[in-house]
Amino acid sequence: MSVKETIKEASASPCESCGFNLQRLGIEVDKWDYVIALAGNPNTGKSTVFNHLTGLKQHTGNWPGKTVTRAEGGFTWQNKTFKLVDLPGTYSLLSASVDEEVARDFLLFGQPDATIVVMDATILERNLNLVLQILEITDNVVIALNLMDEARRKGMDVDHRILAKQLGVPVIPTVARQGTGLNLLVESVQGVIEGAIPTKPHRIQVSPVIQKALDQLVPEIERVFPELPNARWIAMRLLDGDIKVQKALEKGEWDVFLGESVFDQAHTAETEAL
Amino acid sequence: MEAVNREIVKKTAEIRKELGQDFRDTMVEDIYKDAEQIAQKVVAIKSARQYDFDQKLDKILTSPVFGIPIMGALLALVFWLTIVGANVPSALLADGLFWLEDQMAQGMQLLGAPWWLTGFLIHGVYKGLAWVVSVMLPPMAIFFPVFTILEDFGYLPRVAFNMDWLFRKAGAHGKQSLTMAMGFGCNAAGIIATRVIESPRERIIAILTNNFVPCNGRFPTLIMLSIVFVAAAFPPAMASVVAAGTVVAVVLIGVLITLIVSSVLSRTVLKGEASSFTLELPPYRKPAIGRILYTSLIDRTLFVLWRAIIMAAPAGGLIWLLANISIQDQSLAMWIAGWLNPAGHLMGLDGAILLAYLVAIPANEIVVPTIIMIYSHAGTMLDITQLDQLRALLVDQAGWTMLTAINLMLFALLHNPCSTAILTIWKETKSLRWTVIGALMPLGIGIVVTFLVAQIWRLF
Repeated sequence: MSVKETIKEASASPCESCGFNLQRLGIEVDKWDYVIALAGNPNTGKSTVFNHLTGLKQHTGNWPGKTVTRAEGGFTWQNKTFKLVDLPGTYSLLSASVDEEVARDFLLFGQPDATIVVMDATILERNLNLVLQILEITDNVVIALNLMDEARRKGMDVDHRILAKQLGVPVIPTVARQGTGLNLLVESVQGVIEGAIPTKPHRIQVSPVIQKALDQLVPEIERVFPELPNARWIAMRLLDGDIKVQKALEKGEWDVFLGESVFDQAHTAETEAL
Repeated sequence: MEAVNREIVKKTAEIRKELGQDFRDTMVEDIYKDAEQIAQKVVAIKSARQYDFDQKLDKILTSPVFGIPIMGALLALVFWLTIVGANVPSALLADGLFWLEDQMAQGMQLLGAPWWLTGFLIHGVYKGLAWVVSVMLPPMAIFFPVFTILEDFGYLPRVAFNMDWLFRKAGAHGKQSLTMAMGFGCNAAGIIATRVIESPRERIIAILTNNFVPCNGRFPTLIMLSIVFVAAAFPPAMASVVAAGTVVAVVLIGVLITLIVSSVLSRTVLKGEASSFTLELPPYRKPAIGRILYTSLIDRTLFVLWRAIIMAAPAGGLIWLLANISIQDQSLAMWIAGWLNPAGHLMGLDGAILLAYLVAIPANEIVVPTIIMIYSHAGTMLDITQLDQLRALLVDQAGWTMLTAINLMLFALLHNPCSTAILTIWKETKSLRWTVIGALMPLGIGIVVTFLVAQIWRLF
């Protein structure tokens, strides 16, 4: 099936024909049923998805690093209120820039009910880098495979069904600039949260050396924190020497770092070193 | 509980020792390998037409030879469009708004309002607003959409690519060119954008130097001066090109000073190596013109204009008071301008200009209107709707020379950030020291540069 047909199929979901029941709430969300994080590489159209769903007008632009803060907005869908949190676009969750930490901290400690990862279909491989890391952190992920029109123009055939099978989470082809596929996206998010759509997230295939280290560490973490959904990721962070995760672990509190400026700590450390 | 947790940390340390230093590298390699395998199964490339186009265009736009000249040319084009397009609407707006001022003043008089109330509200507050609207609105309504088209097209990352080596040489982060580009719109936005820079050292450099590119609130000053003074010396056919070239020259001086200051900072108080980074060059996209017009006109232009207006109204009132409260037959404005005059003279400016900069700390947009209001209250001329009238006021009445114009342009580029930008520096660094440095360093540089230029100018 060609990409064009795929998009058509996606937009012809039952609820797109039963009328417009996505209601944009702007920033007026007092109470909500679900919190949705919006993650993705820079420049994939995250803010466009955010604007379309919330009716807000976050500035959009064609350059990486445009969104550096968390933006929040809301919408209702099928009588449920969703709070949508637009995270800074990042290539990875491993480094220490403020924008990456904002994104990572929210996914790790903010415990959103589901995470939408927006991908640029034209550079899928580079985008997968971040997706694979997010899938280690949380099970409730839906992929918005965006810029499908551009991929088609570039002569690329991107099969969202194979991608869904590989990643173990729903993949929805979208053209966010036109709003194509976004209703189905929201429907899938609700399905994942409420358990109607089961997910089985892909695990990063690691080298034997790392696997051996994880085998030693993961059971320890799971023993102490049986409720933790992402012990494997925590172990990876610890092995990478992530001080922040280590501190959170020592205190047994995961939300202590939310909202705190990372810059302060890094800054203090540096001035001390000077 | 705590003891168990420490156990985990200890165990981690042991395993880390065994693993050695390459955990991160191995991990990243594994992720890349995994991503590659998945992508191979999902993506089939039928043709690579657009790709070729992008690459060809990048070869030109980011070429070591043409990259920077093209950048300068595009910048000049943006300013030229702004100058040419804004001229007529500005004059029309000024005509209309000042006509309205007279009508309202007459109306107030008929209603029997006291002269001071009419003066304060109409010739003070309203006049301030009218000036800001007619000076600011047309250039913004052209500059923002044109700049956004370049942004939407995907040109900004190419700018960062072209300038990367310069910033690296200055010991700063290559992404600083991106935050610098944001500064053209608004320095406060540029300062927030420095969050993309990982190293705190390089981030502080980017924050402290962001003010050296003129923001949108300062462009009208530069544009007006380049038209009234520099371009006036050339035949009318060339005037707009010369004016655009002058603004570009000022911007280039700003970039040069950014690089010099970054370099000095990274060799003194903020010592360190420039860190490397990967910059993605996103695909070129056809700009969505309708959306651009909407967002840049409604969101940006009206937002910036609104900010300017709420600052201009009180400033207009304040200036009217200063000009009309007299002590010993001389208005307060004249007293203050007189006190500031010696300092102004040393800097090749005058007391009225320095007073305008004091009043304009909340928003740089109102510098020119304030200067004009101080002069016109001091003299007889009330309304200035044409640029030659403005020239007459500044040259004949206030005694401006080419030196005044050049130094005012330099001072517009080099002075303390507006209060919003200062507040943003504080919010982003949470450090009193950096906030004070961020506010005073540009001012100090501005004073030194204008002083030197004035002394050298007067030698000849």
